[in-house]
Amino acid sequence: MLDIRGLRKTYQGSGRQVEAVRDLTFTVKAGELVCLVGPSGCGKTTLLKCMGGLLTPTSGEVLLDGVPVTGPPPGMAIVFQEYGRSLFPWMRVAANVELPLKEKGLPKAKRRELVTDALRSVGLPDAADAYPWQLSGGMQQRVAIARALAYEPQVLLMDEPFAAVDAQTRADLEDLVRVLWQERGITVLFVTHDIDEAVYLGERVIVLSASPTVVQDELHIDLPDERDQLHTRVSPRFTELRTHVYEQIQAAKRAARADASTSAAAPDGDGRPAG
Amino acid sequence: MRNANTLLGAAGLATFLALGEAVPRLGLVSADYFPPPSRIAGALGDELGDGAFWSALGDTLTGWVIGLAIASGAGILCGLLITAVPFLRQATSSTIEFLRPIPSVALIPLAVLLYGTELRSVLLLVVYASFWQVLVQVLYGVQDVDPVADETARSYGLGTWARVRHVMWPTALPYVMTGIRLAAAVALVLAITAELVIGAPGIGSLIAVAQASQAVPHMYALITVTGVLGLLINLGARAVERRALAWHQSVRGETVL
Amino acid sequence: MKALTRQVLFAVGLPAVLLGLWWAASDGSTDPFWPPLRTILRTFPSVWTGERLRSDVVPSVLRLAGGYALAGLVGVGLGTLIGSYRGVRAFCEPVLEFLRAVPPPVLVPVIMLFAGIGDTMKIVVIASGCVWPVLLNTVEGVRAVDSVMLETARSYHLRGVGRLRHLVLPSASPQIVAGLRQALSIGIILMVISEMFAANNGIGFTVVQFQRSFAIPDMWTGILLLGLLGFLLSVAFHFAERRVLGWYHGLRASTRRS
Repeated sequence: MLDIRGLRKTYQGSGRQVEAVRDLTFTVKAGELVCLVGPSGCGKTTLLKCMGGLLTPTSGEVLLDGVPVTGPPPGMAIVFQEYGRSLFPWMRVAANVELPLKEKGLPKAKRRELVTDALRSVGLPDAADAYPWQLSGGMQQRVAIARALAYEPQVLLMDEPFAAVDAQTRADLEDLVRVLWQERGITVLFVTHDIDEAVYLGERVIVLSASPTVVQDELHIDLPDERDQLHTRVSPRFTELRTHVYEQIQAAKRAARADASTSAAAPDGDGRPAG
Repeated sequence: MRNANTLLGAAGLATFLALGEAVPRLGLVSADYFPPPSRIAGALGDELGDGAFWSALGDTLTGWVIGLAIASGAGILCGLLITAVPFLRQATSSTIEFLRPIPSVALIPLAVLLYGTELRSVLLLVVYASFWQVLVQVLYGVQDVDPVADETARSYGLGTWARVRHVMWPTALPYVMTGIRLAAAVALVLAITAELVIGAPGIGSLIAVAQASQAVPHMYALITVTGVLGLLINLGARAVERRALAWHQSVRGETVL
Repeated sequence: MKALTRQVLFAVGLPAVLLGLWWAASDGSTDPFWPPLRTILRTFPSVWTGERLRSDVVPSVLRLAGGYALAGLVGVGLGTLIGSYRGVRAFCEPVLEFLRAVPPPVLVPVIMLFAGIGDTMKIVVIASGCVWPVLLNTVEGVRAVDSVMLETARSYHLRGVGRLRHLVLPSASPQIVAGLRQALSIGIILMVISEMFAANNGIGFTVVQFQRSFAIPDMWTGILLLGLLGFLLSVAFHFAERRVLGWYHGLRASTRRS
């Protein structure tokens, strides 16, 4: 479904090159829910933007259904972390959800049906006439998810979507993502820096190294399909898996520190994006 | 990046001048109405060599600076007074909202009657127009005072005057600077307008004379001078504002005139 | 109820006191330049209703509307263009900064050269003074569109007219409105100046005629009328803004609360 092959991205900083993503290769199968997790500042967002067609990789390619991604592909929707800046504050909730459908050229009746359905799916059937800023943060992110659902994508990319909401809301939203994924059979790629979240949500977790990013580890999450916040999180298997991922991320951080200290002698090698 | 922008800007300016030169020379617009920049530059040279020009410039700047000083002083004083006394704040707001949008040029006939072409005519218009800029910004500024800071000051028993001095004034200062910057621009516009329409001595009246005597290139040259003056005042006021408030990142809506 | 009464009292209190003072101080005034307020108010209806309303007030307001609308269209249009392209912006910036710094009223004699002294001249004068704040504010507003919103728009294939209509212009609208507000006061000033300079009708023209013929109470009514016009237009603008930017004020209030 989604093939990432030898992806590399360097930025041209002031007079020097910064390598954000070094070499990434992985595949997401149709209907899978894959979580990408990595230490903070590991180039997750760069990777996601390359996949979403918002950034052009320096080398390597992203294939969606075998077709190279050169711009935002029509079968893909992105849910951004900054819901407050991703929803248009001058439009009411329904208009926000409807806008991409309008641009798609769908007839009015169809649009209305999709909007109502999407808002119901995320549990906000009555919020259509509110402005986004009248809603709480968690509700705003639900609206952003509804907008993505109504767009009827094959692939849903989520960029740390719950990093800015409180813990309880976050648990609800995680369950929402699981339910929507199961109901709608969409392929979901979920980027996060939260290990528990990655293990709880994913069918598969891909652990990324620190920047310049490579795949550090990949593991299958063999938890039952029916998960819930209360039982799944205390099951022994969950603990094992999260410990494993945690160790991998620590290893990634250590490697990055070692890398930084060896290259500290070289003037231009600290591997962090400038400014 | 910065260099590239400067270069582009210079290219833009050069293009603007070249177009100005080409349009009348190609006969697209009569050079009688729209003299090419080279001729305007010649006329500007004439003006700069003329003592009358410099004394007119002096008159304009005198009107500007006195008017601005009166308006700023009065604006700050009234602003602080109004805000220090809660009763006044409520009592004056409707009056301010009513008086502020009155166009200052409506006072031109009155100024002519009362003072003719004297400096006081100019001052009446300049002060009226720029006073509101300062006053309104002071009021915005004091509204911006953090209630917690004010309550802290109260709880430590600071009196009205001490609170004005140590809480309100520092908070309002960035707004005051903005107000003065806006007032400086408005004051120049009104000073030149008064000279142009009433005939009080200054650059504005030189423009009126040049127009009446069909000295079109001179008229353009003088207008260029007013533009440069406006630009310098803007840049100068911004520089002062930045220096005085380097610590304060202010993002505010601005209203001019 | 009590709070409302209090508010009304505060709103009308000071204006009433000031008017009362003016009334009392000028009553029985023999100074020709400061006629009693009583006389001015009595003169007002006979001066500004009937024939003059049609021959002076309406033409003035129409010119203002025409010039203002023209400035709005040109300013928003050009501003969007310039604001959308970084290169164009850098190219135009010094010239625009200079043109903006020219005090608008000095444009009157220049535009008279081209457009004579008719309505065209006045509309062009008003437009060419009002256009700068609109243009420069639009440039700033368009430039400052949020990066996440732009990426959202791209990923949902919002482009061309749709992108302009649903993203760029609404997002820039608070700034555009601020520019329009500045332009309104400049517009009134230029309306008056252009009529004082060269005209055979209009409020500005009439007021100057009164002054020259020493019809002092009539002149005062003209000043009052201009003040009233400025006030009414600013009230109208305020209501229009509340409507158009309702979302913006709500958004600001909600971020301030949190």
